[in-house]
Amino acid sequence: MKETLLLTKHMRENPENSHLIEVYEKNNGYSAAKKALKENNPGEIIEEIKTSNIRGRGGAGFPTGVKWGFLAEDEERYLVINADESEPGTFKDRILLERDPHQLIEGVIITCFASNISKAFIYVRGEYAKPARRVQDAVEQAYEKGYLGKNIFDSGKDLEVVVHLGAGAYICGEETALLNSLEGRRGEPRLKPPYFPAVKGLYNKPTLVNNVETISSVPWIINNSGKDYANLGVEGSTGTRIFSLSGHVNTPGNFEIEMGCSFGEFIDTFGKGIRENKSVKAYIPGGASAPWFTGEQLDIKMTIDDVADAGSMLGSGAVVVMDEDTNLVLAAKSIVSFFAHESCGQCTPCREGTTWLEMILDRIASGRGRASDIDLLLDVCDNISPGLTWPPKMTTICPLGPSAVSPITSLMHSFREEVESLLPRKVLINNE
Amino acid sequence: MTWDSKLIKKAEEIIKLYPQKRSALGPLLYLAQNKEGYIDDDSVVEISNLLGITEVQVRSVASFYTMYKQEPTGKYLLSVCKSISCEINNSKEVIGGIKEFTGLSSNETDPEKTFTFEEVECIGACGGAPAVQVNYETIEGVTPEKALDLCKYLKEEEPKVIVADDLQEKFGGIKSFEWAIEDNSGTSTTAPGFQIIGTAEEN
Repeated sequence: MKETLLLTKHMRENPENSHLIEVYEKNNGYSAAKKALKENNPGEIIEEIKTSNIRGRGGAGFPTGVKWGFLAEDEERYLVINADESEPGTFKDRILLERDPHQLIEGVIITCFASNISKAFIYVRGEYAKPARRVQDAVEQAYEKGYLGKNIFDSGKDLEVVVHLGAGAYICGEETALLNSLEGRRGEPRLKPPYFPAVKGLYNKPTLVNNVETISSVPWIINNSGKDYANLGVEGSTGTRIFSLSGHVNTPGNFEIEMGCSFGEFIDTFGKGIRENKSVKAYIPGGASAPWFTGEQLDIKMTIDDVADAGSMLGSGAVVVMDEDTNLVLAAKSIVSFFAHESCGQCTPCREGTTWLEMILDRIASGRGRASDIDLLLDVCDNISPGLTWPPKMTTICPLGPSAVSPITSLMHSFREEVESLLPRKVLINNE
Repeated sequence: MTWDSKLIKKAEEIIKLYPQKRSALGPLLYLAQNKEGYIDDDSVVEISNLLGITEVQVRSVASFYTMYKQEPTGKYLLSVCKSISCEINNSKEVIGGIKEFTGLSSNETDPEKTFTFEEVECIGACGGAPAVQVNYETIEGVTPEKALDLCKYLKEEEPKVIVADDLQEKFGGIKSFEWAIEDNSGTSTTAPGFQIIGTAEEN
């Protein structure tokens, strides 16, 4: 099993200077943008993207071409690149921003041309200062060349790009929270409807919000074809995908593969197995929001649909592996603490619920648990996500609250005995 | 301290990048963080005047985001990740060591204003766990011993500009991926080393 390099080809072949515009251009860079703006009309590009069947790489997996097709007519429309990568376990946009910023900018140019947009924002998470510098430098190089600014590539089209730095709020990865943040407001998700920023987005104008990896794929699709892209991977999960592998593997990293192999194969081939030859106790298939799989479920295929059928999600493509010695209660507590910290506080079930889950897990982990704590945990979870189903039902504006439920249901489903072993065996009622 | 004409000019240039003034609030708060090491009251007044919103509106946004500090920070902001990949790779010991060396709990600053320490959520360095940031410059694969060396180095050498590559070489280990591109840009304040207009600070 080998990697298939589409998005990471240029950076692999030119490791020391892939970020420079001269080097990018020498390797066929900006040829897709030139071609698209000269030879294609916008409708053809959207059709190409639809044919590729690429699905959003931020986590939700919404078909990109369909999203572009939704964009409402208006004189003022915007593209916002979601580079607020913060899902624990995920670091794939970081490598694209740091090492191939021009590929993203070229994708932005094509996307804006296809959707008749003249203003784009790249919203980079605040902690990615270095990646943001790289993108800013690349944007300035592109302006100097006339690829951004007025009358780009002599097409008569204008395009302004602004790199905007976030300030440390995971919730801004949720697209409507990101738009509020970009408007200079608290990063609180908006009430739905309206469901789609493509209808009412930034400043209430039609707005495309796309992930870094999604838009970085656009130049390849235009240089080749939507059909070529669709021929890679499997039906429903076409093309390549960059998976971030971390945890107790020997060689963590970002690996670009065609979707469709099993998690076990992926972990063995690219992670070179588990440190000290230990076995896998559990793993997270798609970022901290995703329910876990156990070491007995390593044959599940890495496609959006297979993972969904097995009761979790491929999400952001972050695989976190936990070996046989991992204290899973502490692992769950780490994830729940994350969501408690990142809850924006608008919805009571999330704001209060995640905090309670954190406190209960903390007392169980430190040996102060009560016999009734498992029921209490599940009850709190049920108030955040009624019925504890997958995909989760919500009592909240956005999925952050239900994400905190995932590690708890995973624990209870597959590792209940481990939790019970930390609790007193007998419930004392009326001090009897 | 109030803003001088140079800073106000810069703020006005930033405001022009956006279709609506208020969008510049985030970048202007970073100007304040960069200048004072936190969001001080005078900057809140300046920003509210520049953007035509109330001081309360500025404060309500500033207090929502963890990277705008509401109290003065030390020279070096040490942020240690405790999210899942770092947690299962022993970030606790890194945190413990730094706490002991600095005598600080999370979100505290020492009286000499050398260090501010904080435990933070995922910083996108999961393949290089456990990871630490100094003034938002990332160091990956930090062992508890190296974390102490890092603290000693900062305290004794007091480097003016923090550069990720430099600190990674001295105190880092396993990385999320090859950084590959040589880089000597960084930051000299507790605001992230990114300028929305103009180029980055260099060592």
